[in-house]
Amino acid sequence: MAAPYNLNDDSVVVIIGSGAGGGTLGNELAQKGIDVVILEAGARIEYEDFINDEWDSFAQLAWLDHRTTGGGWRVSKDFPNLPAWIVKAVGGTTTHWAGASLRIQEHEFKALSNYGKVEGANLLDWPITLAELEPYYSKAEDKMGVTRTHGIEGLPGNNNFKVFKAGADKLGYKECHTGRMAINSADRDDRMSCQQTGFCFQGCKWGAKWSTLYTEIPKGEATGRLEVRPNSHVVKIEHDASGKVTNVVYADKDGKLQSQKARIICVAGNSIESPRLLLNSASAKFPDGLANSSGQVGKNYMRHTTGSVYAVFEKPVHFYRGTTMAGIIQDEAGHDPSRGFVGGYEMETLALGVPFMAAFLDPGGWGRSFASAMDGYANTAGLWIVGEDMPQEQNAVKLHATLKDQYGMPIPDVWFTDHPNDVAMRNHAYKQGQALYEAVGATRAFPTPPYPSTHNLGTNRMSEKAQDGVVNKWGQTHDIKNLFVSDGSQFTTGAAENPTLTIVSLAIRQADYIADQMNAGSI
Amino acid sequence: MTTIFERRRSPDSGLSRRELLKRGTVGAVLVIAGNAVISPDRAWGVETTALKPDTMATLIKLARDIYPHDKVPDRFYAIAVKGQDTKAGQDPAHRELIEVGVADLDARAGEGGYRGLGWEDDRVAILREVESTPFFQAVRGDLVVSFYNQKELWPHFGYEGESFSKGGYLKRGFDDIEWL
Ligand SMILES: Cc1cc2nc3c(=O)[nH]c(=O)nc-3n(C[C@H](O)[C@H](O)[C@H](O)COP(=O)(O)OP(=O)(O)OC[C@H]3O[C@@H](n4cnc5c(N)ncnc54)[C@H](O)[C@@H]3O)c2cc1C
Ligand code: SF4
Repeated sequence: MAAPYNLNDDSVVVIIGSGAGGGTLGNELAQKGIDVVILEAGARIEYEDFINDEWDSFAQLAWLDHRTTGGGWRVSKDFPNLPAWIVKAVGGTTTHWAGASLRIQEHEFKALSNYGKVEGANLLDWPITLAELEPYYSKAEDKMGVTRTHGIEGLPGNNNFKVFKAGADKLGYKECHTGRMAINSADRDDRMSCQQTGFCFQGCKWGAKWSTLYTEIPKGEATGRLEVRPNSHVVKIEHDASGKVTNVVYADKDGKLQSQKARIICVAGNSIESPRLLLNSASAKFPDGLANSSGQVGKNYMRHTTGSVYAVFEKPVHFYRGTTMAGIIQDEAGHDPSRGFVGGYEMETLALGVPFMAAFLDPGGWGRSFASAMDGYANTAGLWIVGEDMPQEQNAVKLHATLKDQYGMPIPDVWFTDHPNDVAMRNHAYKQGQALYEAVGATRAFPTPPYPSTHNLGTNRMSEKAQDGVVNKWGQTHDIKNLFVSDGSQFTTGAAENPTLTIVSLAIRQADYIADQMNAGSI
Repeated sequence: MTTIFERRRSPDSGLSRRELLKRGTVGAVLVIAGNAVISPDRAWGVETTALKPDTMATLIKLARDIYPHDKVPDRFYAIAVKGQDTKAGQDPAHRELIEVGVADLDARAGEGGYRGLGWEDDRVAILREVESTPFFQAVRGDLVVSFYNQKELWPHFGYEGESFSKGGYLKRGFDDIEWL
């Protein structure tokens, strides 16, 4: 049974956030007999209660606290208060995610060494290698039931995939299949197989898609060593005179401030809230925020170079039927500077319903061009581009100078501008995506701009040297021994792959390290 | 509250055909009667509480010009913009924004007003002039959700909506494409 812990219990590990990073870490630690409290800002909504409706689901799950955004990206103009599309609920964004689960490639872990210095980019090598992470990748794939690993069969291709695959064949792409997906292709781990419902982004009502909400979290709770406290929004981390963190201050379900003591604190609030929390926890001893001696907290915000290509055909596709993202082409994922940019990108099938299509196809667009595109909906196929973007110091999560949230804490202000490398990559991908669909007879194609960020990375990055980043190779902050970062904000660079498998692998690895250090008495 | 109502064809309901003819509004033109905008076939109407009914009629036209789907009847556009009246009732500044914005469209259109311009192209030319104004942004920004989020409209686009209760598409055509 779930164990409730006392607010003054200073032996517990406190994890902030229950998503991919936090939810996994919580279960892993609990399995080792370590007492864990996960504080989660959002409510606990079980999968039966998810809603097959895009806007209703968004209202149910999305993080809608006030945020602002600036910089050169179009999102800041089209969605001035929605820089990111992420979740506030138990399970975090693993409720919304599509399930694409890819390993980062060997050369991408050494981006600086392999790409060389790129002007305007703050590239760095990860302090870990693919070889070091491989055993953890394997554990994560097994845990999440990733198709095409561990002998798990691939998902069947839906209509959108079939169009995509036909185009890939015509262009001569070789690495095209229905993806490595954390979606059950057959019953597994007490969860049923995918029913091709087509609402992966709205939370899988069958539980076929992996989410910490109904895998890691109940498994951890079953040990009697894990308490998940929903509606608990952490506003500040506090420390003692020696600089060790001691407790977190959080607003409970009634908005009342509480303090939970802790032996170790792990921040896993996703790449906007995690750095914001560290910055908001500034004190006399740490005037620039916790763990920020490098000045890199909140910097190097990455969101992948994205974009979509939709195309209309003479005949129906019904691309909204079935898995939202089970289809991939990996031929462009390598590093081949002859294309005019460093790093690579993946192309993945993607479908939206009518409401989201209207909102995202061409934000702000109207008139006959727009309406006739919508009229082609039933005959539309679509793909999403996800590529490596360049870390840049000025792309950052900052504290807003004047605006505060309901607890009196400065809200996050998210700044992003594409690097020229990002633009070159996106244009290349637009061209390939359009060629792919034209090769199978598309009558019209739409190079669609990036949506609010679903992949948020890099704002507490991992580095060998303390001066270059916020955490070491274990996700432990360089400055404070008992303070960890356990989410995607640790990423040193973005790589071309969807990030969650790596977040989960890092969390499993971090759990081993924390347990060792606790046993050794060093934290 | 703004209401959209289905018109019952009782003898005393609204305007007679003769009256309509007198007003010269027969055909695909919305009729203003009292505080309501009524469809030419009088099958439905929308009552306003805060905005002038004339303003509502223009909003309906404007909505169609923003997202022109020729096979979609006016009713769906009326439902999509009725929220503007509700909001105007709650917020005088919003009422001002809409009334002034619509008056501006009429002024730009000249005699006969915005709705009097026969060609969509002529109306769209005016909209291109005002597309960055807060008025246009407020109307379009709301409309992109209030229009396309109508479930009754999804069949027009060939979108089937909720699918969990039907068991997903596993046995209902997720891979039924034949023309490839
Ligand atoms: C539509 C969509 C599709 C996606 N598809 C894919 C995909 O196919 N493959 C892939 O790899 N990735 C995908 N992603 C991205 C993936 O969901 C994220 O990368 C991943 O969930 C991030 O994990 P995280 O632990 O960093 O944060 P999250 O999973 O977002 O969890 C953070 C949690 O912390 C909580 N929190 C934040 N601040 C506080 C606070 N102060 N106090 C308490 N709690 C707090 C939040 O409420 C949230 O629950 C997708 C995302 C979206 C939105
Ligand atoms: S398509 Fe499959 S994974 Fe996606 S929501 Fe439906 S059942 Fe779940």
